Amino acid sequence: MRILVVEDDPVLSDGLKVGLGLYGATLDIVSSCADGDAALAADAFDALVLDLMLPDGSGLDLLAALRSRGDRTPVLLLTALDEVPDRIRGLDAGADDYLGKPFDLEELAARVRAISRRNEGRAAPQLTYNGVTLNPARLTVTIDNKCIGLSRREFAVLAALMDRPGTVLSKSDLEAKLYGWQEEVESNAVEVHVHNLRSKIGRSKIETLRGIGYRMRPVAS
Amino acid sequence: MNSLKSRLFLILVAATSLIWLTATCWIYVGATREIESVLDSRLQEAARMVLSLASGNDAAAALKDDDSASVPETMSYERQLSCQIWSLDGRLVARSSGAPDESLSDKRAGFSQRLIKGETWRVYTAEDPAKGVRVSVGDRLGLRSHLVGEIIKGLLAPLLLAIPLLGLLIYASLGRGLLPLQALARELGHRNADDMSPVATGTIPAEIQPVVASLNHLFRKVREAMQHERELTAFAAHELRTPLAGLRTQAQIAMVTGDGNVRKAALRQIMVAVDRTTRMVRQLLAMAKLDSIHDAKQSRVNIGDLIEEVIGAMPALDREATVGLDPALKGTMVSANRELLLVAVRNLHENAVRHMDESGNIRWSMEKRADSLAVFVEDDGPGIPKDEIALVTSRFFRGRNKSPLGSGLGLSIVDLALRACGAQLVLQNRSGGRGLRAQIVWQVAQDSEIRDSPADSNRSGFDRVGPHLSPA
Repeated sequence: MRILVVEDDPVLSDGLKVGLGLYGATLDIVSSCADGDAALAADAFDALVLDLMLPDGSGLDLLAALRSRGDRTPVLLLTALDEVPDRIRGLDAGADDYLGKPFDLEELAARVRAISRRNEGRAAPQLTYNGVTLNPARLTVTIDNKCIGLSRREFAVLAALMDRPGTVLSKSDLEAKLYGWQEEVESNAVEVHVHNLRSKIGRSKIETLRGIGYRMRPVAS
Repeated sequence: MNSLKSRLFLILVAATSLIWLTATCWIYVGATREIESVLDSRLQEAARMVLSLASGNDAAAALKDDDSASVPETMSYERQLSCQIWSLDGRLVARSSGAPDESLSDKRAGFSQRLIKGETWRVYTAEDPAKGVRVSVGDRLGLRSHLVGEIIKGLLAPLLLAIPLLGLLIYASLGRGLLPLQALARELGHRNADDMSPVATGTIPAEIQPVVASLNHLFRKVREAMQHERELTAFAAHELRTPLAGLRTQAQIAMVTGDGNVRKAALRQIMVAVDRTTRMVRQLLAMAKLDSIHDAKQSRVNIGDLIEEVIGAMPALDREATVGLDPALKGTMVSANRELLLVAVRNLHENAVRHMDESGNIRWSMEKRADSLAVFVEDDGPGIPKDEIALVTSRFFRGRNKSPLGSGLGLSIVDLALRACGAQLVLQNRSGGRGLRAQIVWQVAQDSEIRDSPADSNRSGFDRVGPHLSPA
């Protein structure tokens, strides 16, 4: 899951990057509305965590601009302004959730998972396809009720593929889901992760469409 | 005595009684004198009358009474006068009933007083040498004072009755008269502790209007102070939430992670956040203190010495700053509150240190103009974006070029402290290069104390931005 955080406090944004990373997410951090706008224009994110009081304006303006151009990215407002009227204003401005500072890291992770799965049109917390069950909250994968141990990246690849099992994800799509801007990506990183993943969950589960990308192998075949 | 009512009551009753007593004394003295003169002239008249009637021994004998032993009741008004007729050779020719045997007077004519049988007599004696008789008519003084006593008693009796009645009346009137005061006390008494709305002055009597006016003035000041405090507290509580959120997140990471390096990094971040929060709390306290200062004591301060003191007291940093100090500063005295100016200079210096670039150059210097004196510090950091210059002195404003340790309060503190010193903070980006020039400007010409700065001439042409800029 790729998340954009717009937050100007360096300690907190570092905490979010590392902390949400522990829960399997890939984070990009920006510290102003302008940078946030640029990031949203350049990339697709599974969720946006937005502070309200930013050095160059209000997060609400960023949110309004986002919604007015029809962007459906789920947004969680994370702010010190958490009086009831503030919450109402935030939610009515197009936010999907609201969390006041200080917050619990696990709760934030859970809320981000919730808004992003709703955005995918799912209600069930687990992803299940073709005998593979993926639990994003616990970072566990079971195949025929057997627990499989996966690395963080492998888990991320599988989660990306299982989000929409029918669709094909290109190598660059997967790279975008796996790595933030600042991370160095080796050219064959995705191939390596997919290879390792196949060796753990079974070769037949993931299908390679040469020159196009990867997808979960349909149940029928 | 604490009660205005009982105080007024006692004063009024005492004053009334005193006036009444004085009047009584006056009446006493006047009545005594009047009675004396009336009775004296009656004695005189009686004596003359008797003398004119008495014609020799025979006629005088008619007056002679045998019941000489009978003593008249002392205080009866019926037998007030006693009369004796003496022959000129000293024989008692006749006397009225109740008159003593011995001579009423030892004088031959005129008024006299004599003590006879324990009673003082007032006597008028008249002599007629042709008839050979002397007539003495007298009355007892006791009777006279009894008369005066009766008059005074008659006056005092209604007074004794009137005093309690008057007291009641005064007490009731005072109660009514002091009603507005009671109403005011009741209104103030029933107020909530935080109700600082002004007291309505419409129905209040003129005498306590000044009290109510100063009370309302006090209310307004307290209300403003409370409002200010509330805002600051709300701001502070709000601003502390973000660093607290950072602390909590990093602490949770340190607890959850199994990776030693991640844990170490998280703990390091916690240290940073604690330092920043500590600084913010310190700044908040400084701010609260500044807010409570209303009239700071001004004195003559050597600005150069003060800046040196600040530079000397700076804690050791990762990067050493190279600080230049204009020698002209050392000879410059300014009028300011030393403590406040120290706070301002320290914050400006800290700001410069925090924003300086790798070369680490900071320069303190001054500029004397016709109507003002500017002491300023220049750094070679990123400066302040033009659109933010007007905003940076607002509380908790942290601009785009903020430092990680910034609380967003430093420049507001400088601004407040300088205002209390009668100076002004003027921020400009340096035109001649990167960096900010933060100026402390005194508008008053402090000429007498300022020695000419040799460096003045070569400083000009700054990029003048920002609304606080003073006319050069």
